[in-house]
Amino acid sequence: MSRMLKNVLLLFLCAACLLLTGCHGSQDKSAFEIPAAFDESRTYEITFWAKNDTNITQADLYRKAIEDFQAIYPNIRVNLRLYTDYGRIYNDVITNIATDTTPNVCITYPDHIATYLTGDNCVAPLDGLMTDAKYGLGGSEIRFDAPTKAEIIPQFLAECAFDGHYYAVPYMRSTEACYVNKTFVEKLGFTLPEKLTWDFVWEVSEAATAKDEAGNYLVNGQKTMIPFIYKSTDNMMIQMLRQKGAGYSNQDGQILIFNDTTRELLETVASHVKSGAFSTFKISSYPANFLNAGQCIFAIDSTAGATWMGSQAPLIDIAEDKLVQFETAVMMLPQFDTENPQMISQGPSMCVFNKEDPQEVLASWIFAQYMLTSEVQIAYASTEGYVPVTSKAQESAEYQDYLSRSGEDNDLHYDVKMQATQLLLEHVDDTFVTPVFNGSASLRDAAGQMIEEVTKGVRRKKTVDDAFISNLYDKMISLYRLNLDGSQGSSGGKQELGPLPGTAVTLLSAIGLAWGGIIAYVAVDAAKKRKRVKNNGYH
Amino acid sequence: MKKLFAMLLALTMLLSCGAVLAEETAVEAKSEGVMTYAEYAAAEIEAEVVIECYVQATQSWWDNKITVYAADQEGAYFLYELACSEEDAAKLVPGAKIKVTGFKGQWAGEVEVMDATFEFVEGGISYIAEPVDLTALLGTEELVNYQNQLAIFKGMTVEGIEYKNGQPGDDIYVNLSLNGAAYSFCVERYLTDPETAVYKAVGELKAGDVVDVVGFLYWYEGPNTHITSVTAAQ
Repeated sequence: MSRMLKNVLLLFLCAACLLLTGCHGSQDKSAFEIPAAFDESRTYEITFWAKNDTNITQADLYRKAIEDFQAIYPNIRVNLRLYTDYGRIYNDVITNIATDTTPNVCITYPDHIATYLTGDNCVAPLDGLMTDAKYGLGGSEIRFDAPTKAEIIPQFLAECAFDGHYYAVPYMRSTEACYVNKTFVEKLGFTLPEKLTWDFVWEVSEAATAKDEAGNYLVNGQKTMIPFIYKSTDNMMIQMLRQKGAGYSNQDGQILIFNDTTRELLETVASHVKSGAFSTFKISSYPANFLNAGQCIFAIDSTAGATWMGSQAPLIDIAEDKLVQFETAVMMLPQFDTENPQMISQGPSMCVFNKEDPQEVLASWIFAQYMLTSEVQIAYASTEGYVPVTSKAQESAEYQDYLSRSGEDNDLHYDVKMQATQLLLEHVDDTFVTPVFNGSASLRDAAGQMIEEVTKGVRRKKTVDDAFISNLYDKMISLYRLNLDGSQGSSGGKQELGPLPGTAVTLLSAIGLAWGGIIAYVAVDAAKKRKRVKNNGYH
Repeated sequence: MKKLFAMLLALTMLLSCGAVLAEETAVEAKSEGVMTYAEYAAAEIEAEVVIECYVQATQSWWDNKITVYAADQEGAYFLYELACSEEDAAKLVPGAKIKVTGFKGQWAGEVEVMDATFEFVEGGISYIAEPVDLTALLGTEELVNYQNQLAIFKGMTVEGIEYKNGQPGDDIYVNLSLNGAAYSFCVERYLTDPETAVYKAVGELKAGDVVDVVGFLYWYEGPNTHITSVTAAQ
């Protein structure tokens, strides 16, 4: 090998190494360490990505909370970006992880955080922050009346822990409720039981599909009636499986959903789609709109959607002339075993993203903590059928007074909303969450998508049988990149990370080039040695 | 030389105008196996549909999906969340001809093509629809027949606007009235984001202003046109 070629290769390798080091530095962050003291001589500008339920009062409350917080901490400026869709936040965070432009604080779901955690030190673990004597929950240096860790409802806090660490704090909690047109149920000759069963809901729904000779539904006299509409089909599948004691996933990230119980449930759904008794939000539209128009009897939606439900709802999205009057019953979602009810715990949590500057992270944490104060918690929870996540707020005189005034008006004390809130307050011990791992967000999507696909399949006159469902299983595994044995949980996810960012491409290219250079060097060197051997042999 | 140059310019202009006129009036025959608009309109909800159409506008690309406002010379289509790479999304410019295969759906009254894939049709003409004046049809049952078309509504009085989240950034709900009857319009932020002229113009409207609005006749529990331009009434 000539000296010149050797030098060129060495130079190339050095350049590649430098490039690699440079990229590495720009992508990886150091693990967050809590500063000894918050530097209040500096000013901080942090971003908060929040989600509201297309509810302007909630948007206003976020703004008020920020204003109040900034009055207490004038050196921390909070920029709010509002979303009405968790999926959009998730997607934007993923995109911004690649460019190192994540927000500081973000409303999110634990499933989503599990994906965010694939970025090195991307999300700040909160264990130390929560218990820090000065800046932890209710810490000595916190300038507002924050809750202590013990005052966060344990079940809700536990939902934010995975891999042995807390990566979020709960912000609000809700569950699902079945909003029932009681008037129509009784008109069909049924009496609502104390707790709904799936059999009852299907039976009434089937009865409601009867039409007269002109094609009008007997129960409402209209051309449109979808007796049972489910808003979130992922929750539908997850809760049905849980109630049946069937597999969904486990803590190791193993995916257990593709089982015979799921198959049976999908076949049941298909049969009721065929008769016109069932549809979904994605296929038909908001359950609330159909319910309020007298075109639906069982509308299952979040308790955080309660202000849209019922003839007297404060939020209505249909024309006045379409609104019908009926009595609304707010009930626990249907159960297979009413003695052992199971309902999902959901609602937004907050995570804090790690940054190069630990002071900025601390400022973000202080703001996140402010969102847990009773003032914010009670105000926000009252906008919908949410419950505050702290016992401090729940047990406060203000909140108890609020609860006691159910039905006083059709706005703040709208009875449907208050009943939805009570449903969760009374059944916290009956709630559950699904295991969180990287890929669990995709599994959740797949769970709902199977119901959507079966529903669409029937509506599109396809035969939904064993073969259809087997194909569907394969399709879901492929589409959502589900690793059934959990061995590669970290790679799960339907195109979760999107195309590789430019920096990653550069990094990978540089790695490739470096290896290419190394191999070339070794090969040339080895060839030279072989030549020597050969030469030696010839001599 | 000057005369020659002037003649060349004039000739170029004539040819251009001719080409434009030809484009505006040309109605391309549908390819084999492709539905006419009438056939599409007559198809049942949930039926598989194959259409050829011209992109009129798009919402922002997201998660390998894009929602397209499309039309041909007979009618208009709303293509909801077409499967689409980011690279192809950049080519979905107004006028581009595409062939779409999907299912006809209806969501909150909006008839759309869903679960669809598409391919670009090479060699076709480019077509951009002119807005059709539907002012007289407001409040009538006939309006729905023009669903998704680019429409103009003239002499509308602004009753009020409301930002979805209370301040600029998300959709704007626009209430306009005509002859005492109120109608809902919307500035859809994924179609016209806060940086666009129309978003800013609508944000500045005051109750009592009289305007002409152009937009795609979208449907959400009734007509809910997605506004693309607003001007003082002529």
